[in-house]
Amino acid sequence: MDLSLNEDQAMIQDVAKKFAQSELAPIAAKLDEEGDQAAFLANLKQLAELGFMGLNIDSEYGGTQAGSVAFSLAITEIARACAATAVTMSVTNMVAEVIQSVANESQRQQHLPKLCSGEYGAGAFCLTETTAGSDPANMKTTAQLEGDHWVLNGAKQFITSAEFAGIMVVWAVTDSSLKKGKGISCFLVEPNTPGVIISKAEQKMGQKASLTNEVVFDNCKVARSALMGELNGGYKIAVSELAGGRIGIGSLALGIGLAAMDYARGYMLERQQFGQAIAKFQGLQWMMSDAYTDLEAARLLLMNAADLKEKEQPFAKAASMAKLFASEKANQACYSALQLLGGYGYIKEFPLERYARDVRITSIYEGTSEIQRVIIAKALLDEVS
Amino acid sequence: MKVLVTVKRVIDYNVKVRVKSDNSGVDLNNVKMAMNPFCEIAVEEAIRLKEAGIATEVVAVSVGEKSCQEQLRTALALGADRAIHVEAEQELESLNVAKLLAKVVEAEQPGIVILGKQAIDTDNNQTGQMLSALTGMAQGTFASNIEIKDDKALVTREVDGGLQTIELAMPIIATTDLRLNEPRYASLPNIMKAKRKPLETKTVEELGVTIKEHTKLLSVTPPEERQAGIKVADVAELVDKLKNEAKVIG
Repeated sequence: MDLSLNEDQAMIQDVAKKFAQSELAPIAAKLDEEGDQAAFLANLKQLAELGFMGLNIDSEYGGTQAGSVAFSLAITEIARACAATAVTMSVTNMVAEVIQSVANESQRQQHLPKLCSGEYGAGAFCLTETTAGSDPANMKTTAQLEGDHWVLNGAKQFITSAEFAGIMVVWAVTDSSLKKGKGISCFLVEPNTPGVIISKAEQKMGQKASLTNEVVFDNCKVARSALMGELNGGYKIAVSELAGGRIGIGSLALGIGLAAMDYARGYMLERQQFGQAIAKFQGLQWMMSDAYTDLEAARLLLMNAADLKEKEQPFAKAASMAKLFASEKANQACYSALQLLGGYGYIKEFPLERYARDVRITSIYEGTSEIQRVIIAKALLDEVS
Repeated sequence: MKVLVTVKRVIDYNVKVRVKSDNSGVDLNNVKMAMNPFCEIAVEEAIRLKEAGIATEVVAVSVGEKSCQEQLRTALALGADRAIHVEAEQELESLNVAKLLAKVVEAEQPGIVILGKQAIDTDNNQTGQMLSALTGMAQGTFASNIEIKDDKALVTREVDGGLQTIELAMPIIATTDLRLNEPRYASLPNIMKAKRKPLETKTVEELGVTIKEHTKLLSVTPPEERQAGIKVADVAELVDKLKNEAKVIG
């Protein structure tokens, strides 16, 4: 079994690392503090031009066609420097992948090149609602066919990049008479469509530079051709595409965890207490060893899930395990790293407090850790029943 | 016009370099390797010449072990059209590299050869100049600007006193200084395409060069570790120490 990267993957990881360290790391703290949107968007544009927004999209649609392993590697490197940029990139890639896998040819032609090239600022994935978070099948947004148009009504919550997205994938109930989860369809909606109202960005604990908005659909009329995939087959799409997105979020968590521990490791060698570097204290060495061991295990789980996806084998259980483990362990790693810095971990002059805030959401969005366990349990029991 | 651009595989500049315990050299085991930064600038300049319509083809060449094909792939991903790998297992000194490159120049007949002014591993700063001597081509070293007009090249050189601009008759050899340009990032689609670009391998024998060693590496030692400093009570003590211990002021 070969766990090494191929030449393309290694080069993509290398470019991601270089870009992240030269362009993103120097401004990440400022973006977090002040949210300089122009600088944030300029970085996203540059990432798109380099091919980071369609990592797993076929080259005929302007994508890089590099596969899921390369996607995971790239997200981790970007997240090491700036988690807000990484999440925007992860979601945009996920939106592009949904379009590639379920949209018809004309929809793909229309949207994928623009998503990949950065002509669209980002892609938005509009599934969650105020009363439908972990239970998306309970959504209330509706789409009714009136003549040649679908009319959308309802509100979507916590939508990453809604404010500057060029295209939104929106889920809505199209047949409420069907069993829960069976009457949902998926639509491609352009944010400038009349009836789309994007509210002010939420004030968040971390990943502040990435904008998170509520999107309201008020008698929003879209063409009949805006339907993506099969009528009433939308829920299945959401479930399967989120599995791919989970590889992205797990990889992002890994990047933050590694950034935190790498910082703490360097600090341990420099910081002198009781007449020696604190790296000499075995108690602290063990904290470091445990965190890096957890992160290495997370990396292997992620690589395995990405590899399965790339080989078009069932990967949902592996993706949930990877996301669950990576996000929980990255949270712990950030906790340990901050602890290793002591009081300096708590002040803004050092990046640990930002890492600790940024990492917190990774065990919540794209399926909480609890939901990942539900998915894993269901898959495990299905295997034997 | 064809551009030949040279690429050397060296330790990544971010890596903390360690000396082997027997002082025979720098430890390269499990160390991240990368393209020499001055060579990156050379590749960038070559691609810009092509984008400006001055060059028609960019050929990247590297001398070294098989692993240096990774750096040639990077050059191809950045925009070189094809690559030549001159296989050499042993570490070669500058004159041998220059002799091998001279044979490549003879075969390729480039209008301009762009090299890094030096490699960050050995810091020799010799190969470009030696290649110039071996081929009889004019040289513009430490270039911070290269302008080509028909059969002439204007090369701005970074010299101790400032900038010096010289006019050279083509074909020329140029070596790059830091401020010549800012290298781009390889785009991901170009990385994917790079493996489909031609990479040709040549041996030292095929090029008809006899490798001769003129220098022998005796030992490599790390710089002495800095000793801990001391605190002085006042300016008078400081001045006294600078005068009588450090002897840096009279």
